[in-house]
Amino acid sequence: MAATQTPYQVLGVKPDASADEIRKAYRKLAKQFHPDLNPGKPEAETQFKSISAAYDLLSDPEKRARYDRGEIDESGAERPPRGYYRGHAEGAQGWKYQPEGEMDLGDLEDLFAAFGSAGRRRRGAGEGFRARGADQHFTLTIDFATAATGGKQRLSLAPDEWLDVTIPPGIEDGQVLRLRGKGGAGFCGGQPGDALIEVHIAPHPLFRRDGNNILLELPISLAEAVLGARVSVPTVTGPVTMTIPKGSDTGSQLRLRGKGIQRKTNPGDEIVTLRVFVGQSTDPELAEFLEKWAPRHPHDPRQGMPPA
Amino acid sequence: MIAFEDLLHRFHGLDRREVARWVENRWVLPERRNDTWIFHEVDVARVELIREIRHEYAIGDEALPLVLGLLDQVYDLRRQLRRICDALAAQPPEVQAAIRRAFPSKTGPEPPRD
Repeated sequence: MAATQTPYQVLGVKPDASADEIRKAYRKLAKQFHPDLNPGKPEAETQFKSISAAYDLLSDPEKRARYDRGEIDESGAERPPRGYYRGHAEGAQGWKYQPEGEMDLGDLEDLFAAFGSAGRRRRGAGEGFRARGADQHFTLTIDFATAATGGKQRLSLAPDEWLDVTIPPGIEDGQVLRLRGKGGAGFCGGQPGDALIEVHIAPHPLFRRDGNNILLELPISLAEAVLGARVSVPTVTGPVTMTIPKGSDTGSQLRLRGKGIQRKTNPGDEIVTLRVFVGQSTDPELAEFLEKWAPRHPHDPRQGMPPA
Repeated sequence: MIAFEDLLHRFHGLDRREVARWVENRWVLPERRNDTWIFHEVDVARVELIREIRHEYAIGDEALPLVLGLLDQVYDLRRQLRRICDALAAQPPEVQAAIRRAFPSKTGPEPPRD
């Protein structure tokens, strides 16, 4: 790396030269190296340029003062702000100036105790060591209804420690919630980490989910299917009464508006699919009736099925 | 990083022989390359620090090694402590919690009661 000349060196004056001395030195050199007076010497032009630049800087008292303070370099460009030793010493570069005889890392207790008392004497002395706490990972299993409606769920960390987790309605299985600042404590005054909670939704014996809708298969009796009925149907917000129209069939779908995933805007629906259950031990009276009834009402539900 | 000449030029009024003596005393440890010295950022900052300690705090050559020695110890402690903090931060939450619980109280142990 070639060293650059200071503007004082370029003009051949001392750093404490007066404005007058600088002007005289410049005039002398400018005459000597003026390109028009040195047609055969291309290097004279380079020389002349640096002389002009040096004089430009030193003839302006403000620029000269800034240069002397190290705020600008010889080309007049701003210097980066000063970096304090502290900033370097605490980084990897600083190990070079490690005192002879490496520190005994085995005696951590002494070290922590020493640091603790130093921190007490001088507020903020430990600021440089701040480390953000680690993120902590948890898993939380919630029931289907909580996932659909949202709500608070308590996550136990220890017998006397817990987190209250707010479950947004419509959370998906495996979604991770981040609770800012609820993770590991920061070190030496650093920010705490976050708690990352992976939420699992326990399967429900009745409900299944389809996007924002909730699917339910509802068993009904033959009589309810044929004659219609008002029945109680479970939903994620509690049972509601639903009318089964006359002549319903297995596979008929009924929609309970707004009883699906309880999103604030556009909540989903519960879609109820009916399933007619005749029952394993058929009522003898019904069997007897059908034996007479069926031949008079021939009906093949498999009509129109393509042959296998 | 900058060459020796550039260093002298950056801090006007810095005496060549003076800096050479600092290097000889191992107060500053520039990299030696092709019979010249290359000052890395940490070395430049240290030169500036030494210059200020000497000129602005009027600490002479006899007391300077003491001051630098203490400073180096402080920074060494801080670097070591940072390593420990990093190591702690990499531990699983339960280990961190156990370490926090094991920390001696800043006010010392409770005095025994009769």
